[in-house]
Amino acid sequence: MSAQGGRAAHIAAEAAARRSYGKLVAYLAARSRDVASAEDALAEAFATALEQWPTIGVPEKPEAWLLTVARRKQIDAARKHQRGDAAEPQLKIIHEELAAAAEAPMHIPDRRLALMFVCAHPAIDPAVRTPLILQTVLGFDAATIASAFLVSPASMSQRLVRAKTKIREAGIAFLEPAPEDLAERLDAVLEAVYAAFTLSWSDADPVGVARGDLAHEAIFLGRLLTELMPNEPEVLGQMALMLFAESRRAARRSAQGDYVPLSEQDIRLWDHELIKEAEAHLQAASKLGRIGRFQLEAAVQSAHAARASTGRTDWHAIEALYDGLLTLSGSSVVAINRAVAIAETRGPEAALAALAEAENAGGMLQYQPYWAARASLLARAGDPVAANAAYGEAIALATDPAIRGFLNARRQALRN
Amino acid sequence: MQYMLLIHADESGFARLTPAEGEQAMAGYFAYNEALKKAKVWVGGERLKPSAMTSTVRVADGKTKVKDGPFAETKEQLGGYYLIDVPDLDEAIKWAAKCPGAQHGTMEVRAVWPSEAATKLEYRK
Repeated sequence: MSAQGGRAAHIAAEAAARRSYGKLVAYLAARSRDVASAEDALAEAFATALEQWPTIGVPEKPEAWLLTVARRKQIDAARKHQRGDAAEPQLKIIHEELAAAAEAPMHIPDRRLALMFVCAHPAIDPAVRTPLILQTVLGFDAATIASAFLVSPASMSQRLVRAKTKIREAGIAFLEPAPEDLAERLDAVLEAVYAAFTLSWSDADPVGVARGDLAHEAIFLGRLLTELMPNEPEVLGQMALMLFAESRRAARRSAQGDYVPLSEQDIRLWDHELIKEAEAHLQAASKLGRIGRFQLEAAVQSAHAARASTGRTDWHAIEALYDGLLTLSGSSVVAINRAVAIAETRGPEAALAALAEAENAGGMLQYQPYWAARASLLARAGDPVAANAAYGEAIALATDPAIRGFLNARRQALRN
Repeated sequence: MQYMLLIHADESGFARLTPAEGEQAMAGYFAYNEALKKAKVWVGGERLKPSAMTSTVRVADGKTKVKDGPFAETKEQLGGYYLIDVPDLDEAIKWAAKCPGAQHGTMEVRAVWPSEAATKLEYRK
């Protein structure tokens, strides 16, 4: 095995993993309802790929290759765990699927949406629905999910295991839900897709997956949802929100890799095709006449995007949208963004007062964006001493090196 | 898959009904029984006598200890059950929602171990 061949195999296996993980898990688990065994078999198949591809070369259809190997692993596991008759039904399912795959090797049906709605089933503990989607559909590991949800990795993996056991043992169907059941399960699905998209913006990149790929996965899932539910305004709103954010990806870092705040971004670096598409989704959503969190957030992004054509930002509109969001969600993130908008419409003192109100929400004092916003508002209000202290807090809490560098530069500027 | 639908309800409810209301309530259950059989999902099902008629039994140190009354003294008591055979949990939930017990009490939906698997002690996590 040459080192170069090994590297190519590694890259090919990783690429296949990113592209196909959720699709293969969903397909492998759809009939047996056994998500855990599908994940185990797939993990073994990826390991086998890394072992064999350097010698045999990357197969023409890596996804089909992985599926076949994973199926064999499932058969071995079923034989080992369940001797005799007990293994029969599962083996029968696997053989039927292998036969079907041999007939149509090109086509692996995409059961990801079904899997997502299984994870968001009302019989599953609400607290574990989003983590479950992140793990089974997008391939996050328990430790990463645990850190995003602020629980210990041990307790997160325990919850995930319990939920997968419930799917299998209680017999939850792998079906896309009937229209009347959709709305109930949609929130968890939207939340999970958006959580994945948000993780793609984190420069700490704990996932070890190229960030752009993760965003593309989330956007792909978002598009699947819009196809399944073209008349759900929040599905369209979320799609618009993700596309607005994605349109600015190239502009949020300078050539040197420094963080560039939205108001200072070069609009020539924005992807205007994506903005157009986002606007279309947002308009379609608003025609449906049911407002929601994602539509409001997308509308804020739309107001920011308008700077590209009008040359200015309508802060009054943005403040009004944040008023609506605050009423809807009461979230501290929204409260901070609202204060930043108020600084533009009514000045830094009014903004600091709004921020002081939000402090009562709790958890704020450990939240880096709060200190960064406060520091910037204090600087504008002509209090460099307090601003300096607030930047200190923000810098201590920042985990993203680019953000830390940006905050350091701002703090330095206070002294000039 | 087989599912047990357990009806948990306030037993005093039935006692408070007028004879006409009681008959109507029973008619609801009869209709439900028929629907289960017609859909070919019926495996079994019975109404249970009041929990005051219950005895609890356990064996400790080789001695059988019998007590009067149900396992747990709660306001809602197990009042009856159905055993149905349907493809998945979602179907079972739909049938549970159609049961009159869902109106006057709470339905518990429990998957039954398949008999061949039930003989195995191992329970894969």
